[in-house]
Formats: sequence, structure tokens, C-alpha cells
Amino acid sequence: MAAEEESRVVDAKAAARLVKGLREAFGAGKTRSYEWRVSQLKSILKMMEDREQDIAEALRSDLAKPELESVVYEVAMLKNTCTMVIKKLKHWMMPEKVKTSMTSFPSSAEIVPEPLGVVLVISPWNYPFLLSLDPVVGAIAAGNAVVLKPSEIAPATSALLAKLIREYMDNSLIRVVEGAVAETSALLEQKWDKICYTGNGRVGRIVMAAAAKHLTPVLLELGGKSPVVVDSGINLQVATRRIIAGKWACNNGQTCVAADYIITTKDYAPKLLDSLKHELEKFYGKNPLESKDLSRIVNANHFARLTKLLDEDKVSGKIVHGGERDKPNLKIAPTILLDVPRDSTIMNEEIFGPLLPIITVEKVEDSVDIINSGTKPLAAYLFTNNKKLKEHFVMAVSAGGMVVNDTVIHLAVDNLPFGGVQESGMGAYHGKFSFDAFSHKKAVLYRGFGGDVPVRYPPYTKGKLRLMKALISGSILGAIFALIGWSKD
Amino acid sequence: MKSISVHILRDCSAVGGGASRGRAFSYRFTRKSNQTRLSFPNLITTSYGFKSCSATLSVVAEVEEKPKFDVHKTALLVKELRKSFNSGRTRGYEWRVSQLKSIEKMIDEKEKEITEALHKDLSKPELEAFISEISQAKSSCKLALKELSYWMIPKKVKTSLTTYPSSAEIVSEPLGVVLVISTWNFPFLLSLDPVIGAISAGNAVVLKPSEIAPATSLLLSSLVEEYLDNSAIRVVQGAVDETTALLEQKWDKILYTGSARVGRIVMAAAAKHLTPVTLELGGKCPAVVDSNINLQVAVRRIIAGKWACNNGQACIDVDYIITTKEFAPKLIDSLIYELEQFFGKDPMESNDISRIVSSSHFARLVKLLDEDKVSDKIVLGGQRDENQLKIAPTILLDVPEDSLIMQEEIFGPLMPIVTVENLEDSFEVIKSKPKPLAAYLFSNDEQLKKDFVQNISSGGMLINDTILHVATDGLPFGGVGESGMGSYHGKFSFDAFSHKKAVLYRSFDGDASVRYPPYTPKRLRLLKALISGNIISIILALIGWSKD
Repeated sequence: MAAEEESRVVDAKAAARLVKGLREAFGAGKTRSYEWRVSQLKSILKMMEDREQDIAEALRSDLAKPELESVVYEVAMLKNTCTMVIKKLKHWMMPEKVKTSMTSFPSSAEIVPEPLGVVLVISPWNYPFLLSLDPVVGAIAAGNAVVLKPSEIAPATSALLAKLIREYMDNSLIRVVEGAVAETSALLEQKWDKICYTGNGRVGRIVMAAAAKHLTPVLLELGGKSPVVVDSGINLQVATRRIIAGKWACNNGQTCVAADYIITTKDYAPKLLDSLKHELEKFYGKNPLESKDLSRIVNANHFARLTKLLDEDKVSGKIVHGGERDKPNLKIAPTILLDVPRDSTIMNEEIFGPLLPIITVEKVEDSVDIINSGTKPLAAYLFTNNKKLKEHFVMAVSAGGMVVNDTVIHLAVDNLPFGGVQESGMGAYHGKFSFDAFSHKKAVLYRGFGGDVPVRYPPYTKGKLRLMKALISGSILGAIFALIGWSKD
Repeated sequence: MKSISVHILRDCSAVGGGASRGRAFSYRFTRKSNQTRLSFPNLITTSYGFKSCSATLSVVAEVEEKPKFDVHKTALLVKELRKSFNSGRTRGYEWRVSQLKSIEKMIDEKEKEITEALHKDLSKPELEAFISEISQAKSSCKLALKELSYWMIPKKVKTSLTTYPSSAEIVSEPLGVVLVISTWNFPFLLSLDPVIGAISAGNAVVLKPSEIAPATSLLLSSLVEEYLDNSAIRVVQGAVDETTALLEQKWDKILYTGSARVGRIVMAAAAKHLTPVTLELGGKCPAVVDSNINLQVAVRRIIAGKWACNNGQACIDVDYIITTKEFAPKLIDSLIYELEQFFGKDPMESNDISRIVSSSHFARLVKLLDEDKVSDKIVLGGQRDENQLKIAPTILLDVPEDSLIMQEEIFGPLMPIVTVENLEDSFEVIKSKPKPLAAYLFSNDEQLKKDFVQNISSGGMLINDTILHVATDGLPFGGVGESGMGSYHGKFSFDAFSHKKAVLYRSFDGDASVRYPPYTPKRLRLLKALISGNIISIILALIGWSKD
């Protein structure tokens, strides 16, 4: 069957055939070699260099994503990852030597990373290129065969990915399956050796329940309401710009680590609001609906969802900036809301769009309780110069990741794991963590035939028990006593 | 055999009388292996019908007297623990250390009681109880106490040019309230070892020991009550009902040790709350035996990893041997000789070998032996004593590949030997089955060792010995595929119960406006250069030149 036909797997039977083929190819051992892995990673690099324009165009078609955001956050980030992986892979693949204990003396031990097998990556529509290929890079680096199911909500990128992978990659081991719910269900019925899903908690539960049937481990990258706490006494302009960068300049708020809401003090809120308004105008002009530097809302469903959040009775009166919308073009202007009630829908769901509520508190320290009263977010941000507050925040707030005095850019640090906790997900990837996420760490202990101690073996005499106790407690004197048959008891 | 329907179960409880078990429940539980095993005050049920089983269930009566544990009560318990956790008491280094020290003290003071409980549940020989349970739990405690302050320190990591200037660290934080469901074969160690990890990482924890080792379950319950901080550490005893009620709650992590079948149930229940799981399961662990070895040492080590390890009832025990046709007779002779050295002429009388845990497991093992195509393959042993739940060390030669004994995890004193023409053929035999928790190889051939490690996938591996890899703290203990997911032991236990929070620190200095809209072509060039870390391009972009 041609790969082209198979990129649309409609039923479970076809999906089973696909997985069987990949499993056979994986079994042949091709993916295990360093050379194969590097050749595939280099192909990805080449693909991105050759096709940067096609990629940017697909992202524009799906999301009206500004070219800079596409080229920087999706293409350049991924190229960077590939380059880094190619540089480090040989080192990562080496077994890690570990110390052994007296109990197994003489011996040597190592942890051998090995590929898991055939893995499934289900990616979302908001960074449809990066969040598809970033896990795929990890899966390939670890030596797995992989099926990628891109989101049908970003159809141009999905089609492009299917085409590019067919063209650039080894299709006996790396495949794209396009489709929506039916295709995803068919895929989830198969036995995988790992599933990496990026999306929401509702589908995350479905993915994990399906994985449970086959004892498949999962990596779930979900979302949550990522708070931004703003203290006074800061460089307000820089803070404001960085908040905007982590909200509207990040796919217009449609990002799992985007700032979801702000918490600041009653006193400071007016200053912060003024600064936000001022900088927003500098960034997007007087009429942001016309700006080319803002992504649009991905589709009519999400547009309707967001307007519903805005139009809720107790919320609509709280808009202090923005609120304009353009339904035919799926655009919503950067919108700020002040003091919306905590029980409103906008404060209980992940917003995932250009709306930014500001919650005010008496003391900035009160923000910790507000954050902890909700589910654990994927990211938490704090702007402050107060060292004590920083320490308290890092200690007391639980989130997938955290940035102090900036937003979002922790994802660009390869040495930090990217992953959620509780409702924001499980498992992590990025950098070496991606390699680890798609590897099994096999514990291997080597022994010789010398130095065999009969004390381990039956018949179990009192003397053996004494000696064993002494040996294990590391008491040399006790061991000597036991060996010469004396007892301290 | 594998399944017993809920209404049969209800019928049993009606017949049994004692406990009220009428409430419907959705899960059917077993511990270790696919065998149905449920305990009742007076009755035990298998597909063969009802058998009186006072021998195995002598303590259950006491357990049953405890008030019934329902979902509501379970929810209250979790709520209480969550409150303690949220108060922050478990986070401090001092609390963690105090609890670990209490466990150490408890083991020291109650060694005798622990040994007795293990003897009651499994006739476990004292030396085995000491080496494989008590001393292992103690050494886990010791290691955690020694290393904990180091483990808790945030790990600094390098940052990239993209975020310059900045600093970054990975902060380990407790997950919250965790559940440990343990098993009956090493009921003490496999209960406390994960609990030690959970406490080290600063979590509140509920332990549910196995009802199939009732004496140890009861002892654990009373010891934890006596020695540990009960506002954050609790034991819930019970069987299917209790476990079902526990699994309905929201946990921040579940560590389950047992069978793959129940592992699936645990993971499906966890999925409802997005709870991560560590599943320690089993599998058919092979031992491949080459001919160029020190046979006596190899044989002793195989025996140590089978019969001298809870009589084969361990998840990493040798399940079957693969050797060459040529070498098999020598190996068998040596096994027979050493077994006699270890357990005497009549192993049924030996005090140095555990018994089968329960009559349903006894029946399961007998069924494996009595299968038509298997029963005439016995070359040693085969004796059984149903009353005492003893089966002698039994070796079988060349049983058919499609027999039950070669398809299921044996988990008992039966050892099939599979013969192959060339030793390399063993790889295909192993690969044709689900990935095991451990794989063993005895060989002096360096190339074979290398190929074995390269080609065989299993949770862990040990060359020229058995079992001992789990006593190496620097090695993770955990399965892959059907043998489980996630791992623990040593630092890995701490990690298994921690969230690794990524934290990046920046200052307000050095803000580069290049990140911000309006997006100009120059900004695009500069950002691309910055992210790729190409200094020349950065300079070119900064001074306004372009290579494009």
C-alpha cells in the first residue's frame, strides 16, 4: 500500500496493519544504530531549511500566524533542537556506569538506554509544526519507530507534515497519519510502546485510559491556567512587555504556557493596566484587529467559546481594554478585564485566547493561595525584585515550570524539562529529557564467577545468618566473629 | 480460571456469612499472576469450587472484624491526608528524616515480629526474611537518610544564549498524597520500600498491603500506627472492596506492585484523575546458560534466584532456563546435585524453603504441572503436599512452547528447561514473549554478553548471577512493556515520588526589544541568529547586514 494512502488511516484494521509494518521494521533493528538516527535528524534539519517558506505559509493559512512567530518559535526552535541532539546523541546513547555495592561485590553495573519500540505522537493545532516534530525528534533520537498524528484543526500544516515526512524521512519507520476523532480512536486502539499527547485534560484522560489497556506509558502535555503574579517595585515597562510577549505575541494567547491571568495588588493594578495599554498600542497599533503581528483565533468554535467567556453577565462589564471582535476574520483584540468574579467561567477554564483577566489582592503574598486553590498549572510566572517573595513563590507554588521576571522562555532552555504536574500533565521532554522520555533505562549488572560466597545458600544455619547480618550491616568485627564461629548474642 | 464473575463472588459471601460484601464493585482483583484469589473468612474460591482453607487464612478473621471501609470513609481519609499535606508538614527535611528514622527504629525493634509474620504468611526462612526483606528495607532507609539533604537540593542547570542573562534550576517538589498498593510475596519490603521513597520525597502516603499475606498486613498496620506520623502516613488493610474504594479517589501518584492484569485496572482508574503510575509487574524471566562457565557457581546462583528466593514466588525469579541440547544433561545433573546439598534428600521437609502462599496458587501450579503435554516432562521433583501447601523444587525438560507453563508467569518452584541448537537461538525464544522484568545470562563469552545486552529488552539484566541487581542502589528497578512502567530504588525512588519543577530566573536587565512586535524583517533576522547561537549572524543582523 502506498504511503500516501496510508496517511489517512480510517479504521482500526488499517491502523493495525500500519503498526504491524512498523513493528516488523523496528524489530529488524535499523533504528537502533547511531547512523540511522543521525541521518533522520539531519533530514529534518534539511527539510526545515528547504521548506521554511512552505511551513510559514501553512501556519499563516491555519492561524494567520505572523512570520516572525512561525520562523522563530516553530522553525528556529526545532532546528536548534535538532542541531543540539545531533551534537549530543552519541554521548546520550552511551551506557551510564554506576557504582555497585558490597552486597554484589565483585561486580560492575551500568544503565543502558534502549528504544521503547513503536511510539505514537498526537500533536495539537496551536504550534502544529513544533509540537509535532519536537517529540518526533526525541522519539527518533532514542531509536524508535514513530507515527505522528497532527491535529486536523490545523489542516494546512497537517497536510504539509504528511507530505514533508513522506519526502524527507525513512517511511519504513516514520509515518504521518492525518485525521480527526475516528482516526485517532483507531490509532489509540493499537498497542504502542509510548504515547506522547499534547492537548487538553479531557482527551488526556481518554488517551491514558486507552493506553492502560496495553500497559503503554504516556507523556501528557496538557495546559491549565498559568498565572502571572506582578509585584510593585519592578521595572514595569520590561515586565509589561514580557507579559505581552507571553500572551498576545505568543499565538495570541493560544499557547499552553501563555499567561492566563494576572494577580497584582489593588494599589498597583491601575499602573500595570496603564502600562499594558500603552505597550499594547506600541506593539499592535491603535487598531489591533488590523495588525499583521497577531495570530487569529484558530476556528469558529474557539471564537464562539471565547466570546461566550467575554459575554457572561458578570464578566462583560469588567472589560477595561479591548473587547473588539471580527467574526468573519476570526479576530479578537487583546482584551483586559479587571476584577472578574472568581466564580465566572473565564476564571475556571483555561482561556487559550487573547483575554487577560486581572485579579487584585490586598497583599501580593495572597496570590499564592489563589493559585493553590486551582489545579496545578503548566507554568507560573512572577515579576518581583523581592528575594523573599521569589523564594516563597518557588517553594509554595506548584506548577510544571516557572519563570521569575519573564514568561514562556523557559521552554527555550534545553536543560530544563518541559512537562506538567497533575492536571497540567505527566512526564516531561525537551533536550536530554526527550531522549529519556522515549527510552527504557535498562539496569545491567555484570558479575564474574569468582568470589562466590556460600553464605547466601541454604541450608541456612545460625552461623550463616549471623555472618550475613554482619556483612550487610557492614560490621567488620561482627563478620570476623561470625566467620570464626563466635557469637556476640 | 482467570476470571470469576461478580455474582459468583456475591454468592460466596452469602455462603461465607461473616463479612457483608454485597456492595457491587467494578474490579476483580488478584495479586501476582493471573490466578483468581480472593479471601473470605471461611471460604476460598477457585474455579474448582470451594475449599476450606484455615491454613492460609488464620489471621483473616481478625482483619475482617475491622469496620468495613467504604468509598465515603476512604474519601474522608484522603481529605484528611491532603489537609496535612497542604499544611506543609511533610515538606520539611526534618519531618522526612524523623519518619525515616522511625522506620529504621521500627525495623530494629520489631525484627522478630516481622520475621514471624513472614513465617506465618509464607513459611519464609528466617535468613531469607532477613536478607531479602528486613535488611533491604533498612538499607533503603539508611541510604535515604544519608543522601536526602543532597537529593533535595535544587539542581542548577546551564541556560542558553536565548535567555541570557538568566539562571535555571530543577526543583524537586513532593507530588502530594500518594497510594502504594503492595503485594504478598515480599509483603514487608515491597510495602515499605516505596513508602520510604514517598516519604523521602515529602509526600503523604497511604499503604494498602496485600490481604493474601494477612499476618504481615496486620503487623504493618499496627507498626505504622505505632511508629509513624499518622496524620500523613496510613495503612488501609483489605481486599477488593477496599482497593476499589481507594482507587476511586484522586491520588497524586499510585505505585502498584503485582500482576499486569490488575496493573491495567490501576492505570485505567488513575487515568480518570490524570494520576501518574509506577507499575511493578512481572513476566517470564529467562536464564540463558552457556556451556563455557563455572557450572557449580552458576547452578548455585540459579537456585538462589529461584527456590532460595521465596520458592520461586518473586517477580524477578528465574522463570525458565534456556540452554543448548548438548549442555542440558550436565546442567540438570548439577542442579539435582546442588538442590540436594541445599534442601536435603527430601525437600518437602526442608525448613529452608518457603511454602506456596495459598491454596489457589497451589492449585494453579498443580494445574501447570498436570497439563497433559507437560506432566511427563518432569525430570526432578514433582512431589506436592496440598495440606502444607508445599511443592518440591521441580525441573521439567523440553516442555512444548504452547503449554501453559511456557505461556504464563510461573511464580512458583517449577523450572522448565528449554533447549536450543545454538545458544544464540535463545534470543528468539525470549523475544517471542512479552518483555520480562529481568533477564539472566551465564556465560564467559564476551561477544555473547554484548549481544545479549544489545538485543534483549527487559526491565533489568544480570550477567552471571540472579536477583542481585535489585540490591544495587545505583540501578533503577522497574519493568518495560508488560513488566511495568516507571522505576524506583535509591535516588530513583525519590524521583518517582517527586515533581521536577523547571525554574528559570531572570532580571529586568538586558531586555532585547527584538522579541516584541511590531515584527520587522531585521528583528526576524536577529532572532533567528540569536536562537541558532550563531555569533557572526548576530553581529551581522545587529549592524543591519543580511546574508540572505
